[in-house]
Amino acid sequence: MKEEFKVISELIDEKSRVLDVGCGDGILMEYLLKNKVVDIRGLEISKEKVKKCLSNGLAVVEGDAENDLKQFPDLSFDYVILSQTLQAFMSPENVIKNLLRVGKKVIVTIPNFGHWKVRVDLLFKGEMPITKNLPYEWYNTPNLHMCTIQDFYNFCNNKGINIFQTISLNGQKTSKITSSNLKFKNLISELGIFLLEK
Amino acid sequence: MSNFDKMKSIIIKQPLKLDCGKEISNFPLAYETYGNLNEKKDNAILIFHALTGDQFASDINPVTNKEGWWNYAVGPDKAFDTKKFFVICANVIGGCMGSYGPRTIDPLTNKPLGINFPVITINDMVNAQYKLLDHFKIEKLFAVAGGSMGGMQVLQFVSNFPNKAKVALPIACTASHSAQNIAFNELGRQAIMSDINWKDGLYDGKTFNPDKGLAVARMAAHITYLSKKGLQEKFGRNLQERSDLKFSFDADFQIESYLRYQGSMFVDRFDANSYLYITRAMDYFDLTKQHGGNLSKAFKDSKTKFFIISFTSDWLYPTSENKDIVIALNAIGADVGFVEIKTDKGHDSFLLDVPDFLSTIKNYLNTTYLNINERRI
Repeated sequence: MKEEFKVISELIDEKSRVLDVGCGDGILMEYLLKNKVVDIRGLEISKEKVKKCLSNGLAVVEGDAENDLKQFPDLSFDYVILSQTLQAFMSPENVIKNLLRVGKKVIVTIPNFGHWKVRVDLLFKGEMPITKNLPYEWYNTPNLHMCTIQDFYNFCNNKGINIFQTISLNGQKTSKITSSNLKFKNLISELGIFLLEK
Repeated sequence: MSNFDKMKSIIIKQPLKLDCGKEISNFPLAYETYGNLNEKKDNAILIFHALTGDQFASDINPVTNKEGWWNYAVGPDKAFDTKKFFVICANVIGGCMGSYGPRTIDPLTNKPLGINFPVITINDMVNAQYKLLDHFKIEKLFAVAGGSMGGMQVLQFVSNFPNKAKVALPIACTASHSAQNIAFNELGRQAIMSDINWKDGLYDGKTFNPDKGLAVARMAAHITYLSKKGLQEKFGRNLQERSDLKFSFDADFQIESYLRYQGSMFVDRFDANSYLYITRAMDYFDLTKQHGGNLSKAFKDSKTKFFIISFTSDWLYPTSENKDIVIALNAIGADVGFVEIKTDKGHDSFLLDVPDFLSTIKNYLNTTYLNINERRI
């Protein structure tokens, strides 16, 4: 988790305005406040988590990214972050569209369904994979739209979304993903971190 | 009523131009404080009361001998921790607990002003209370807070004085009084005005007092403060000290008895004309219209941190209306937090022991006070 935060933090310029969509209990927000001087807001659907954030003095609004991103004006943030949440939406495509409207830049991190362990599980066990990043059973998972790093890469290309950087995270190790090493990185990365612009 | 003498008040000498066009000056504003103002004078919180509240937010109200209306929230180690913060609360103008209102004696007639009191607005109330900052020589409040009509005053305060409060907590309120709420207020006013003892608003308060009308107004309003589920769980169809229906119009049901009791208690402490004036001020409240239909403009000059709270079972000031304020603030990139607290206690939740609500405010205020001092935000 900390590694992901470090990568995200490095992608963000000092003194930026940031919106963390699906900010959970605000640990990434706290991390960015500590490590970067940022003006940061959060949007979170769970009441319990929102209360926790507010108790810590964080500017978090209870709401649902699929309906409540509307209220933010165009390009009102320098960065909008969506950390490991995209797969939980009814319509990831609409959410991404809205993120790109609200933020000048968008950081999306994706738990990679293309990781080799996931593939091995499905191939040999014949069961839906359960991993550290994807700890749910198929019948109770909040993850409606799983994708691989390669899927998301293709999605961006097909929709004309500019990818500035793609970073692979595998344990503690980070590396750059390019079009030439995409197939390999899609096999070994646990997490893909994308920096996007419309 | 001799305890009235123990009340603190300031006399506001400078003229205050009211929205109705009249000007008032040399009028009293009664207030109470809790906790201590620190040396830096950066720990003051101004709390605004709701329709039937007063300056006695905490401890024992010396006039009614009952607990202050926000006793759950204000006090040592409570949500508004008076060990840390200096809490000020004033009786709104138009009220009946010592501030300039319809009960104020007119020196020309030696009788209460009654209906000759000018129609006031939320804006007027806030402008009068702003004078307390001068009185205490406070440059900037740490926070302004209030629920219901108190929340409306919070919004108006920040709009009028964009840089006089670091934090704003509007709770269970609206930026624009709805048709439904105007309707309920009108019902209450009609109940009062159709009481024969109202005497066209010039009752003397001794021989004549429109108690019946005021009690009915309170009963009707009280229903709107609760939720259907809350009422059903507390009273259901339980009978009042009887085993069967009496086939009469006595209070057969516990809920009837409860409402009658609420009505009768209320008339002992509240003035009927104050009820008319204050409900009118609420009805006239439309901060969106004050800013040409764009609520965001009300806050565009402010750096205040907002924390907005609504309650799931509040149908009088529902979450949607509170959210409109959040949306207006987000539209201008203001610093805003918002949570809807889950409870069956209806609009009244903000006055009651709702632990989730109270602990979130407490932690938010304490952390934010520290953060501001450390200049982290």
